Amino acid sequence: MARALINVPAKAKRGDVIEIKTLISHPMEPGYRPDSSGVVMPRDIINLFVCSYNGEEIFRADLFAAVAANPFIAFSTVATESGKLEFKWTGDNGFSAVETATITVE
Amino acid sequence: MSNALHATRRRFLVDSAGLIAGIGLVSVAAIEPARATPAMMDAAIKKVVGGAALRKGKVKLDLAPLIENGNTVPLAVSVESPMSAEDYVKAIHVFNEKNPQPNVVSVHIGPRAGKASISTRIRLADTQRVIAIAEMSDGTFWSDEAEVVVTLAACLEGI
Repeated sequence: MARALINVPAKAKRGDVIEIKTLISHPMEPGYRPDSSGVVMPRDIINLFVCSYNGEEIFRADLFAAVAANPFIAFSTVATESGKLEFKWTGDNGFSAVETATITVE
Repeated sequence: MSNALHATRRRFLVDSAGLIAGIGLVSVAAIEPARATPAMMDAAIKKVVGGAALRKGKVKLDLAPLIENGNTVPLAVSVESPMSAEDYVKAIHVFNEKNPQPNVVSVHIGPRAGKASISTRIRLADTQRVIAIAEMSDGTFWSDEAEVVVTLAACLEGI
């Protein structure tokens, strides 16, 4: 399981725009680099990141080989209600990781 | 006689130097991996934009003009938009000119984002132009671009 860091404010006022930061450990091997023996290493990247808020998709990103290793993605959303945020990364070689965070909206 | 000899010797040296340089070029070209070209970037942009006009403005692409390490380049894009239910940013696309692939990242957002701004870290293989395109809910496209100088290239170097 890849290690992921999520930064979501624990509390927010209703209607506030909150910033969400995510980071996941992944080599994002672009598939163009030779290894120490000169053989080009096959591509191994995360190509999709989706964030949903209480089951509703709020952010989706298509990633390409040009995204740096350990992809960092920061975006924003409106705090509408208390609940759960789910983060899902999917990629080459069956890579899949899911993280969740809770938020209290008052 | 000696002049003629000199001439041939000089000729020989010049020719062989050219030949060696030629071999060098061929072998460099052979190991050089495929790279995107500005034309490939234009094709990738066309795929997203379609027939719509691409206008400058509204988008702000934040990228340092001089980058020491192309392996992790902080990039931020923000778009001027009220982000209301009627008028919002649907997607933000980032393209580059000279990485092996023209696409960098495409994000899909909506009025629930509250504000249209994202940041991430990208790779840049060469000194080049990076372009960010915003797709609005009314079907218009806006863009901003940045020229960046990269000292250490990413993607293509071995470990």
